[in-house]
Amino acid sequence: MKVGFYPGCSLEGSSKEYSQSLYAVSEKCGITLEEIKDWSCCGASAAHSLNHDLSIALPARNLALAEKQEMTEIVIPCAACYSRLASSQKSLLEDQSVLKKTQGFIDMKFDGNVQLLTVFEFLQKYIFPVSDQFIVNKLNQKTACYYGCLLARPKDLTKLERPENPMEMEKVMEKAGATPIEWAFKTECCGAGFSMSRTDLVAKLSGKILEDAAERGAESIIVACPMCQSNLDLRRPEIKKQLKKDINIPVLFITQALGLSMGIPAKDLGLNNHFVPTDKTVSCIVKKEA
Amino acid sequence: MHESTTIKQNKNLKSQLEEKVGVIPSHCYQCGKCTAGCPLNEDMDIKPSQVLRMLQAEQPGYEDKLLSSLSIWLCLACDTCYSRCPQEVKLSLVMDFLRQESVRQNKVNPKAKDILSFHKAFLETIEKNGKLNEVWLTLNYKLKTLNLIQDIQKAPSMFLKGKLNPIPNKVQNVREIEQIFKRISDNEGGEK
Repeated sequence: MKVGFYPGCSLEGSSKEYSQSLYAVSEKCGITLEEIKDWSCCGASAAHSLNHDLSIALPARNLALAEKQEMTEIVIPCAACYSRLASSQKSLLEDQSVLKKTQGFIDMKFDGNVQLLTVFEFLQKYIFPVSDQFIVNKLNQKTACYYGCLLARPKDLTKLERPENPMEMEKVMEKAGATPIEWAFKTECCGAGFSMSRTDLVAKLSGKILEDAAERGAESIIVACPMCQSNLDLRRPEIKKQLKKDINIPVLFITQALGLSMGIPAKDLGLNNHFVPTDKTVSCIVKKEA
Repeated sequence: MHESTTIKQNKNLKSQLEEKVGVIPSHCYQCGKCTAGCPLNEDMDIKPSQVLRMLQAEQPGYEDKLLSSLSIWLCLACDTCYSRCPQEVKLSLVMDFLRQESVRQNKVNPKAKDILSFHKAFLETIEKNGKLNEVWLTLNYKLKTLNLIQDIQKAPSMFLKGKLNPIPNKVQNVREIEQIFKRISDNEGGEK
């Protein structure tokens, strides 16, 4: 079965292991991901901060390309890209004048008939119906499921049942045999796009998240957003300085954790690409009892 | 000058916000949930609920105070405020609008210049390549801010892990992206 796929820029660079593990899990379950040909950047925070028209037009080009390539639905694993594409699609469908103007900017037609899937929706619809037979391992660990902002908010785009205390990721981790913990920071902001421009604020916000996860006994943090992963992993030295203590909990993408439970080798899931070593999580795997 | 253009220029910040963004500040009844939940409220010079209060009261000088505030640049668009607002006031859209006006009227707070430089470097990279390349973005940002040594120690390990790609990923027809930027910028010129 084929499903359209919008990777977004991070999945080709700093978060390529998210893409790698999504491909690995999909392949295992017989799903073929079909990249939108010649896709471009969604505009991210920069576009909506500086240029409203651009923040609608850049995602619209990708939506129009998907339509042209006869895709009916696309999975957008990056929480930030998903938010930008979904927000643009909503504006184009709700306001005729925005639609007309934007079609002019991108010089393409937009019909709005492509369905956008978050990583949770993709797993639910395509992976879980067949995955039970492939889940051979138990991820024998306490995990903190971290949603951050854009998987949980705004509520009109993300479609989660409970924006303040979502449980979708916990369900995935239970399938993988992990024990999700209850904690207070699952939908707090990590500092997002301030990684370079206000690293101090990223260290402060991500520090609070990490500290709560550690105090409640988490052995790994699971994410589904490249910005969250990068701030909690790559920025660990700055966080350490902020907290004045060393916390060594690794930060895994949801598809990496799921891949481990399917017996996919750690290397094929990009688990060697992290800054905080993931070997403790990898070594926690036990064979699932039949 | 056309009559309609004159009227547009004379419109104050609040009515422009209502017209362009569709957010009505008077819907806010100052419960303060937005400020309470904002992850960066303690770093903000004007708190989220105060931004709305100032738009409601329209006291003399409020426009300059808002447009030159640091708060509008610190907003992370995390939408915690919006998701908790009993009146569903979409404050992140207000912040986007105020940022854009602040740049247009050349009133950006000096403490926000690195944040602005990052956004500009980001968009320039997209305009040239159609996709983000983290090496290009970083170099462009460093040149703008002269923060030359920042994060330099992270580069070698990022290269080794394949997280930095020195050859930019580009869309096939970059001109298509340039044209989108150009059409939007020409249109803005026409709207003013």
